[in-house]
Amino acid sequence: MSDVPDNLYYTETHEWVREEPDGSVTVGISDYAQDALGDVVHVELPELEAEFVAGEEACVVESVKAASEVYAPITGAITEVNEALESKPELVNEDPYGAGWFYRLMPEHALQASDLLDAAAYEDMTEDE
Amino acid sequence: MASLKRTPLFALQSAMGAKFVPFAGWEMPINFGSQIAEHQAVRKNAGVFDVSHMTQVDVSGHDAGAYLRRLLVGDVAALDRGRALYSLALNDKAGILDDLMVYSLGETFRVVFNASTREKMAQWLAAQQSGFSVKVEFRDDLAMLAVQGPDAMRIAQTAFGHDLSSLDKFAVMRAGDALVARTGYTGEDGLEFMLLAEDSLALWQRLRNLDVHACGLGARDTLRLEAGLNLYGQDMDESNHPLESRLGWTIAWQPANRDFIGKARLQAIAAADGMRELKGIRLDGKGVMRPGAEVQTATGAGVVTSGSFSPTLGCSIGLARVPAAAKGSVHVIIRGSPKQASIVSPRFLAQNK
Repeated sequence: MSDVPDNLYYTETHEWVREEPDGSVTVGISDYAQDALGDVVHVELPELEAEFVAGEEACVVESVKAASEVYAPITGAITEVNEALESKPELVNEDPYGAGWFYRLMPEHALQASDLLDAAAYEDMTEDE
Repeated sequence: MASLKRTPLFALQSAMGAKFVPFAGWEMPINFGSQIAEHQAVRKNAGVFDVSHMTQVDVSGHDAGAYLRRLLVGDVAALDRGRALYSLALNDKAGILDDLMVYSLGETFRVVFNASTREKMAQWLAAQQSGFSVKVEFRDDLAMLAVQGPDAMRIAQTAFGHDLSSLDKFAVMRAGDALVARTGYTGEDGLEFMLLAEDSLALWQRLRNLDVHACGLGARDTLRLEAGLNLYGQDMDESNHPLESRLGWTIAWQPANRDFIGKARLQAIAAADGMRELKGIRLDGKGVMRPGAEVQTATGAGVVTSGSFSPTLGCSIGLARVPAAAKGSVHVIIRGSPKQASIVSPRFLAQNK
C-alpha cells in the first residue's frame, strides 16, 4: 500500500499539495506516483517566477522507465524550486513527501479545498487503478 | 485481452513484492523494488533473472544440422558440440525475423528465441521443414534462469551443486535434466540454466539464500544496453537487415555453397551504397533519450532505437540508426527541443574503464 498523508491535498494526476503559512503551496508527486515511475534519474524543474494555469505542465520527471509530466495543481507563479533534485533525483523515490518536493508556487487566488482531492478521495482513486 | 502467461516462479516473485508488467504475452517482473539497485548488483556482485518467457526449442533428427544451416546466418557446421552461437533468422528479403542462441548438443540443437516472436517463429520453423528429416519440439516444460555478474560463476555453482569450472565462455553442458550455458545478456560473466519448471523454484531459492539479487526485466534492459546488445523488436525487426543492425559479424558468408535464407539479398545489399548503421549515442547533458527520438546529424537524420539511463555512466545512452558516415556531435530531439549528444562506440561499459 502506498503512503497517503492526511495533511496534504492531491490531484488526479498524482501531485501532492501542501499549504504553507505564507499562503504559498509546496508541490511534489505522491508515493504512489514515485513507485509507479520507478527510479527517478532526472527532474527538469520549472523556472523561477514562471506562471502556470492549473492543469498546465510545470515540469518533467524522468525515471529509468519513462518521462512523465508534473502538472501545476492550481494557477500561480513559481517562488522556489528544489535544487537538491538536480544532483539527487533519487530523493523523489526516497522521500516523496519530504526532501523529494519539486517546487513552491504562490497561488493567484487562495487555495480552495474543493479544487483538489483530500487524502481519502486520493486513496480511493489509487485503489481503483 | 487474452490472459497473460505466467512463469513457474510467478507466485514466489509475487510474494517478494515484484512489480509485474505485460511483456510479449507474459506477466513478467519489471523490478523487485529498485531497478538501479538490481542493475548495480549485477555489475558488482550477482543477480538472477527469470527468463522463462524465452522460447526454447529442440531441433533434432537426421537433417537437424542441414536444416539450421539453411535457416540461420551463422553456420552450425562450424559449431562444436557443447558450444553456443548467437545467430539470426532472416526472411528472403534479408529482414531479421529474430535473433536467437543455438546450443549444440551433438545430434540435437537447443535454440532459444525471443518470447515476442513465438507464433511467427513457430509458423516459420514449420514452413521450412519440407525436404528435411527434422523434428522441432517446443520445450514449454522448461524454465530458464540467468545468473549474471562477476560473482555469478562462483555462487551459481554452489547453488546448483555441480562442478561448472570446466565450462568456458559460450560453452554449454548437460547436468542431469538441465542444460547450463555460460552465456547471458548483460555484458557480465554468468550462466543460463534451462531446467524443469519444478527445479527452477529450488534453484531460485538457493540463489536467493546465497544473497544473489533478484532482478527484473527493467535491469535486464539497461544492462544489455550498456553492453551494446540489440533488443529484437526495438533495435531491429523485419524491416532491418543485419548489416544496418551492427550484426554483420554474425553472417557466415563461407562456404560459398551454403545458401541460407536471405543470403542472395544480403549480398546485393552489401554491394550497395547509402547504408545506415546502428551506432551508440550518448547524451551530453541531463535528460533521457527514448526510443523513437529523432537524431539530427551533419550527414542526415536518424532515429533512437533504444534509449535509457545508464546507471554505470550516470547519463542517458542509446542505440540509434543513423547514416553510416554520422559521427561526433549530433542533436537528439527530446520533447521538441534539440539536445547535444555524441555518436560513440556502443560498447558503453568499456568507456567507463
